[in-house]
Amino acid sequence: MLIWENIRIACKALFSNKLRALLTMLGIIIGIGSVIAIMTVSESLTTSISNSFQEMGANNITVGLSAKSEEEEVRADGMRFGAGNRNASITEDDRITDAMLQKLKKTFQSQISAVAISESAGSATVEKDGNSASLNVSGVNKDYFQSDKVTLLAGRSTKKADLDGNKHVIMVSDQMVETLFDGDNENALWQKISLNINGNYQDFYIVGVYQYESEGTVSDSSEDVTTNAYIPLTTAKEIMHSDDGYTQFTIVTDTSVSSVSDFADQIEAFFTPYYMSNDNYEIATSTMESMTQSMSEMIQTVSLAISLIAGISLLVGGIGVMNIMLVSITERTREIGTRKALGATNGSIRIQFIIESMVLCLIGGCLGIVVGLILGSVAASALGYSATAPVAAIIAAVLFSMVVGVFFGYYPANKAARLDPIEALRYE
Amino acid sequence: MEKEQKSPYVISLQDIVKRFYIGKPNELEILHGINLQVEKGEFVSIVGESGSGKSTLMNIIGALDRPTEGEYFLQGQNVGETGDKELSMIRNQQIGFVFQTYNLIPRTTALENVELPMLYGGVKRAERRLRAKELLKLVGMEERMFHKPEELSGGQKQRTAIARAMANDPSIILADEPTGALDSETSRKIMDIFHELHKEQGKTIVLITHSRELAEETDRIVRICDGRI
Repeated sequence: MLIWENIRIACKALFSNKLRALLTMLGIIIGIGSVIAIMTVSESLTTSISNSFQEMGANNITVGLSAKSEEEEVRADGMRFGAGNRNASITEDDRITDAMLQKLKKTFQSQISAVAISESAGSATVEKDGNSASLNVSGVNKDYFQSDKVTLLAGRSTKKADLDGNKHVIMVSDQMVETLFDGDNENALWQKISLNINGNYQDFYIVGVYQYESEGTVSDSSEDVTTNAYIPLTTAKEIMHSDDGYTQFTIVTDTSVSSVSDFADQIEAFFTPYYMSNDNYEIATSTMESMTQSMSEMIQTVSLAISLIAGISLLVGGIGVMNIMLVSITERTREIGTRKALGATNGSIRIQFIIESMVLCLIGGCLGIVVGLILGSVAASALGYSATAPVAAIIAAVLFSMVVGVFFGYYPANKAARLDPIEALRYE
Repeated sequence: MEKEQKSPYVISLQDIVKRFYIGKPNELEILHGINLQVEKGEFVSIVGESGSGKSTLMNIIGALDRPTEGEYFLQGQNVGETGDKELSMIRNQQIGFVFQTYNLIPRTTALENVELPMLYGGVKRAERRLRAKELLKLVGMEERMFHKPEELSGGQKQRTAIARAMANDPSIILADEPTGALDSETSRKIMDIFHELHKEQGKTIVLITHSRELAEETDRIVRICDGRI
């Protein structure tokens, strides 16, 4: 007997008792719905995180000092310790020097389009006319803005003369201008502000205003958000009295580089001779590619775990389906008897009820997907992400609800198939 | 090991014994060796009081049940020796049931009810539809073929059931008290349809009833009493 005929029979049976079918489906709807909702949120999260990483620069390679961890020895008393002292603080000898950077740029001239360096100068507060704003101050070099793309609203960014002269010039966010200068970007230029960095007051002249972009996690409407401010790298080093050299920098690769991660390996190889004899530190690189990957893997693991818990409600739903199928078969005993008298084999009765249960679960599953997508999109946009449909999860949900239908429909269907036609025909 | 029997009989029952609860203390013998032959094109009625074994005999003739002892040949095929699947096929192809309570499938139109045996018989959709329409026309139901059983009167339901019984052009039509739930006027019309099928289509009809009047209209009356003929 054709599957299509069975589907028609199943739909008729289900539509003849809409409320019951809907109530039965509810378990499946909730189960599939919650899994899809969670998957939608996680997919949206992953997509927007990887998008923002891409924006930050898919071509960027972050190069930094990393503690050496190999060559562990086990002492007689069982204590483990690394060959190098892992807690050793970074000394001037460990740092990446300007000479190394010059050599690097020369070696990979065609591949490197910029080397961006930033050193944190700590957090600062600025006060003006009773208003105050918090800043994260970073010292940056000229190339920095090639890796961290900001939109300049007024003035200019750090230039060579600022760096050469250790000038006290600063680039601030429009958010800060909003707080301290009533949002007049042009007027804010060349204003003197006094930064309280770690208890020391330093005067800076505003040379540029950039557009502040929310980092996405929370839709921040409050004005007292901490924004980044950029000063020349040399000025930052002077203020912080820090050593020469750097602990970290970012390479912006040329667009001609086909594999960023392969190039990152070359960079690591370049630094190997410099750090061969260093007991504590070596150079490690990371690319946006690898960061995005590990981040989305983490989100996916978490959401899969939550989904499994949500999936338990599917089990409950499945039991509900089985229950209603048993009731339905008892109610339709005579019909089953008649069908058998007309020549239906046990197999065709079994298939009929399995398909009915499958259709029930499939409709439930589809409704669940719709509900889940709606809930997930609402949740994702409430968190400030644009919603992305989890295609793989949707396909899995459809298949899984069919499996649930077959699994929980089999026992009732088999019971129906094995009914004695004489008994079934006599059933009142 | 199937014994093929060439005979003029459509139905041939030989020493049929049916026992229930075999091997249990309450073992019960309902049929005590029934011998019955029905020729092709015969209109036979089986008459008996309730409890006489009439229904049990009908179930065996209708291939819904197997005899405990004895042999039943339907169109020369030994029904007692077939498996469940073959039994389903025999019911589908050889037997047309008409029940006292009509037993139409609810939520399904008269037309689809008539199509059902052909569906199980693997007849193609277009052919099914065409034949079902012809059959409904034959029983005077062409105007109500798209109605569901809930919307039909008792007589209309039974006409539909007769059309359904004819669907696969079976060897026999087995009618179990077909007028039992109908008033006398409607009963008359239903009986007329049976007579028409018998005379014009040459159908073999086995009518099971407890009504002497109806039985007397048929070619032959078989009386069953306490499991014996």
